[in-house]
Amino acid sequence: MKVLTANRLSDGIAVWYAEGGWAETVGHADLAHDKAAEDRLEAIGAAAGANNEVVDVNLIDVTVVNGLVEPVRLREKIRAAGPTIRTDLGKQASPAVAGVA
Amino acid sequence: MYRYDEFDQDFVHARVAEFSDQVQRRLAGEITEDQFRPLRLMNGVYLQLHAYMLRIAVPYGTLNSKQMRMLGHIARKYDKGYGHFTTRQNIQFNWPALSDIPTILADLASVEMHAIQTSGNCIRNVTADHFAGAAADEVADPRPYAEILRQWSSVHPEFSFLPRKFKIAVTGAERDRAAIQTHDIGLHLKKNAAGELGFAVYVGGGQGRTPMVAKKIRDFLPEADLLSYCTAILRVYNLYGRRDNKYKARIKILVHETGEEEITRQIEAEWQELKDAELKLPEADIHAINAYFAPPALTDRPEGDAEVKQARLDSKGFSQWLDQNVVTHRHPDYAAVTISLKGIGEVPGDATDSQMEAVADIAEKYALDELRVSHEQNLILPHVARADLKAVYDALVEIGLATANSNLISDIISCPGLDYCALATARSIPIAQEISQRFASLERQREIGELKLKISGCINACGHHHVGHIGILGVEKKGSELYQVTLGGSADENTSVGEIIGRGFSSEEITDAIEQIVDTYLGLRLNPEERFIDAYRRVGPAPFKEALYAGETKAA
Repeated sequence: MKVLTANRLSDGIAVWYAEGGWAETVGHADLAHDKAAEDRLEAIGAAAGANNEVVDVNLIDVTVVNGLVEPVRLREKIRAAGPTIRTDLGKQASPAVAGVA
Repeated sequence: MYRYDEFDQDFVHARVAEFSDQVQRRLAGEITEDQFRPLRLMNGVYLQLHAYMLRIAVPYGTLNSKQMRMLGHIARKYDKGYGHFTTRQNIQFNWPALSDIPTILADLASVEMHAIQTSGNCIRNVTADHFAGAAADEVADPRPYAEILRQWSSVHPEFSFLPRKFKIAVTGAERDRAAIQTHDIGLHLKKNAAGELGFAVYVGGGQGRTPMVAKKIRDFLPEADLLSYCTAILRVYNLYGRRDNKYKARIKILVHETGEEEITRQIEAEWQELKDAELKLPEADIHAINAYFAPPALTDRPEGDAEVKQARLDSKGFSQWLDQNVVTHRHPDYAAVTISLKGIGEVPGDATDSQMEAVADIAEKYALDELRVSHEQNLILPHVARADLKAVYDALVEIGLATANSNLISDIISCPGLDYCALATARSIPIAQEISQRFASLERQREIGELKLKISGCINACGHHHVGHIGILGVEKKGSELYQVTLGGSADENTSVGEIIGRGFSSEEITDAIEQIVDTYLGLRLNPEERFIDAYRRVGPAPFKEALYAGETKAA
């Protein structure tokens, strides 16, 4: 399973593609279960890059735990949460995300 | 310290205006990311895991209080209340919005600072001994030469698109505190038999995936020939350095593949064409730059001895800090102070906005308005009257920056690692924090003595692990973080690259392994004066391997 991620152009904040837009958290990102869906997400990412909404667009591996999307690799887990050494910063600092990452 | 002249100020303002326009065009979608990326990198703007990162140049690590206050202001207003001092004596902010960066750069320009050439394949911030101008063992202040190199290398048309980045360091003392032999060019300022100033020139040092100790290609280069000789080196590199493979593009590879003798011949031949032309430094220019670095007028403060003696009796904390973080100054009534940014369990090199401002106040009040950033990620007050040391200590205690661990095992160099960096393969900071906590007892640290521990979160070696007495390299293996240990590295006048001791350790095992290495050293050292690095050089890796892995061999 994969989701589409990028950083927002204006402030560099990590975002994930969800429900037709770019969400600041990974939990409800649009899932690609097969190659066709991956291609569709990639096309969306390429368009958003060309449209100057986001930069550094990538598909990443994820799993779903308790109905919420979680990245597989540590690097992407840290992007989704924030620095592990500063839990007061990044996505994890917001109560809505704290339980997820 | 150096003050911008009209040319410098205009140049920096012009660059702010140019980059502001580029940012506006990027945000408006008029230029693509591929077009913008090289432009932002030339201005120190990276994209990391969570946000953009802005790396600001601190030329040869020298700051005044006004500049430090501005860094505090930027941390508070545009970032998340802190900054990270780096091994190139620079500072990085981890969270600036791209749309704010033009304003940040304008604020920096107002205090004679910028972010130019803190990234890209150009000549980077020239670093120098952090005790420059203060050290008792110095032949001359290396910073005027670093400044001459800065002026020469700033947007140098010929050297703005090198095969790869290029780093220069200068020291003015026999005892190398600037790690010059790990640089593309290392310069050791010295005097010849006739008492004239010049440089021993080292070329081709570096870390990264192929660590190399620089080769000394000239024992004495007259000071007037500094720029012509560096130009000759850069020309040979620019012409023959590899551009086909990023990992083989640094000058260290060219020096290694060409051979010391041949590369020296090429550089000397190039230099013959340049040495008597316009790059020869006029004496008047050297004097003019030197005048900016004229030592501050230090009034005699002979009362310091008695006051320090009394304060030692009154405070054990002060006494320990004095022993560990205060070094001899060329003026007997003064001292140079290391402000440790390595509090136990803290993030190495990080300082908060209010700490930066408080340190600026201390520098203004007690240290003739001068501050330094060390490549070991600490701050330095280079000129403090011994009579004021207790007041400085008390002020540092108040802001949590009086940890007395300079050069001890918890004075760890660490890169940001996977907590921030897009290139990292493993985390560095949590490992540094855990080791620091394990060795929290100052008594134990002092018993161990000088020990340079350095951690990198990937093979690019920003955390200088290759030249740590104990080096730790974090890699990703089968989806987990794995930490390789190297022993015997050193970044001083006897530079050496550490040797990998054996299989790596998991994040749960690594601190135990480090403790085992330290205990092994304590058990085999000849006496407490034999430092870890000296003991390692005497006995080699065998006893450490035995301690770490013997059980495994038997079990297998």
